[in-house]
Amino acid sequence: MADGRLQGVVSSGSDIERVYVSSIAAGTHELSCRTNNNRPCGGLSNGVPCNHIALLAEEAIVQYGAEQVVRFLRFDPDMEITIGHQIVWMLDRNVQVAAVSPAAAVFSRFLRHLSYLELPGSVEALPELHWFPAGAVAR
Amino acid sequence: MRGAQLTDLLDNSPAGVTEALDVVDGFDQALVGGLSRLDAERTAALAALAGAVASTPLGSALAETVDKVAAGSVGDEHLLRLAGARTAMVGAVHDALREQADTALGRTRAQWPALTTAAGPVDGRLLAARSWLAELAITGWRNVDHDLVATSQQALHALLAEPTLRRAAVLLDGLAAELHHSSPVATMDRLPVRRWADLWARAMLLTSPESQPAAPEPVSGRLLILGADVHEHATAVQLQVHALLETNGEPTGDSAPRLVRVSVSAAKVDTIVGPVIWQLLAAHPVLLAALAGRLSLDVTDMPLHPSGDLVWHDGQARPGEPADPFAVARVQLGEALAPAVPPLDRHPVSIAEPVLLEGYTASSDDAGLSFDLDGTRIAVDVDRLPGCGPLTADLVAASTACLGLLRWDDGGWSVQPTGVQATVKRKKVAVHTGDWAQGPTDPKIAKAVARSGDTIAVLRERAGRLLRK
Ligand SMILES: [Zn+2]
Repeated sequence: MADGRLQGVVSSGSDIERVYVSSIAAGTHELSCRTNNNRPCGGLSNGVPCNHIALLAEEAIVQYGAEQVVRFLRFDPDMEITIGHQIVWMLDRNVQVAAVSPAAAVFSRFLRHLSYLELPGSVEALPELHWFPAGAVAR
Repeated sequence: MRGAQLTDLLDNSPAGVTEALDVVDGFDQALVGGLSRLDAERTAALAALAGAVASTPLGSALAETVDKVAAGSVGDEHLLRLAGARTAMVGAVHDALREQADTALGRTRAQWPALTTAAGPVDGRLLAARSWLAELAITGWRNVDHDLVATSQQALHALLAEPTLRRAAVLLDGLAAELHHSSPVATMDRLPVRRWADLWARAMLLTSPESQPAAPEPVSGRLLILGADVHEHATAVQLQVHALLETNGEPTGDSAPRLVRVSVSAAKVDTIVGPVIWQLLAAHPVLLAALAGRLSLDVTDMPLHPSGDLVWHDGQARPGEPADPFAVARVQLGEALAPAVPPLDRHPVSIAEPVLLEGYTASSDDAGLSFDLDGTRIAVDVDRLPGCGPLTADLVAASTACLGLLRWDDGGWSVQPTGVQATVKRKKVAVHTGDWAQGPTDPKIAKAVARSGDTIAVLRERAGRLLRK
């Protein structure tokens, strides 16, 4: 959830070298889905969301909870939503594909994040982290 | 802690703390609007800071600095001095509070050893970080936006790549992320003014190499775990284990056990939270097994800093006999020797003193949970309970004994629980933060973790492929 979009990187089901950058805009619900090489996703067309969008919605609900995702995307807060596919069903009737794609920026941010997982750990104390108690991070 | 000790602690707040923090707050307000446009009130606040340190070695340099800054010329060196003066003020507050706590607890503390190595030259990567921090101070928190935050990224990358600069990197990353989420800051109702100034000042000083005390001494002996604390922001997690070290009188000749800390940390991404984070620390299986199994540890030739930080080498530790942290604390915590505090770490946030509380009544009101011990109440900081462990606010509220860390924050003392004894469904149980170090023992949570447990493996695999294309 950033820059007015729910966005994320989804692994391709068919090609292990490829990932998709998928997003749903808050409010307008415009969709975007492109590969890491910035090619448009074949599964996404006006009218039909692709599988990657569904996986994105599913994962968002696992991570942030349905209530927060629904509020962020500005769907009707009274809708009972528990799984990501319900979000896709609500999009289903008039899907708009975004003209401008955030894929490149999102993908480079994703790469930057992945690079953290390659950093070695440390056994020297990091006293500054006392300002960051783990309790402040959502359970 | 006994009731009388708690009364001692809460009734004898040291003189001057409020006044010193007022001076600090005055300086912090100047950072809100930025040092490039100081009004009369802010200039006076800077002068007050210079006045407060006038009789110290910083005195004359700071008076000159304040004149320069007031005249509109703000260089990195000036900002470094201002950060130093603020840190000295907060350090004095720390010393008074630490002394008060040690006196109340009857705790003996080691002296900080004389410095033996001079500070080295400044690393270029630290200078890059410093110039971003300078930009922040000149601009002011109010005027921080996404663009200014984004300019930290290059300096941050360089810092992260160098393991010996991890302290500065982790702090800079935490501050930048917080500013990013708050941007544009102009639209925020209330700013965490002291917190951001704390982070800024510490980061500023970390860009200046310290003179170091002698190298850590190798120690061998038995390590008895008291409790675990977890620190975490979006891209870093640290497990800090508080323990007693019995060294059979070696090498100091002192037979009292020593209070030590083991800190192991890992880089992470923000989607990895909760019990899954233990998997990031899997490089330390012996330590995690001791936490989960409540075992003592036999360590051999492990480096110990005078700060009480034991540099963990998992291969130099062997699991020992079972050791109940409550039993350890009851018998040995009272006589333990506490470590010295390094000059740079002298900040109230670093006060995290292991304590044992028993025979209290837990009660909850608008102010939150507190323990009443012989008529004296102390606040219980349940907000710091990490989400990766089984210890919850409900368990703490139902507890009859508590191992925890004595902390001080913004005018008050509190206890952050690391383990409790409680009665649940008429059964006595003991629950500790580290119980899930080898995975959650609660089947429901274990299932949820298993479902998302591959996250780390999947992300690492993706990293391996995508980063090397
Ligand atoms: Zn797609």
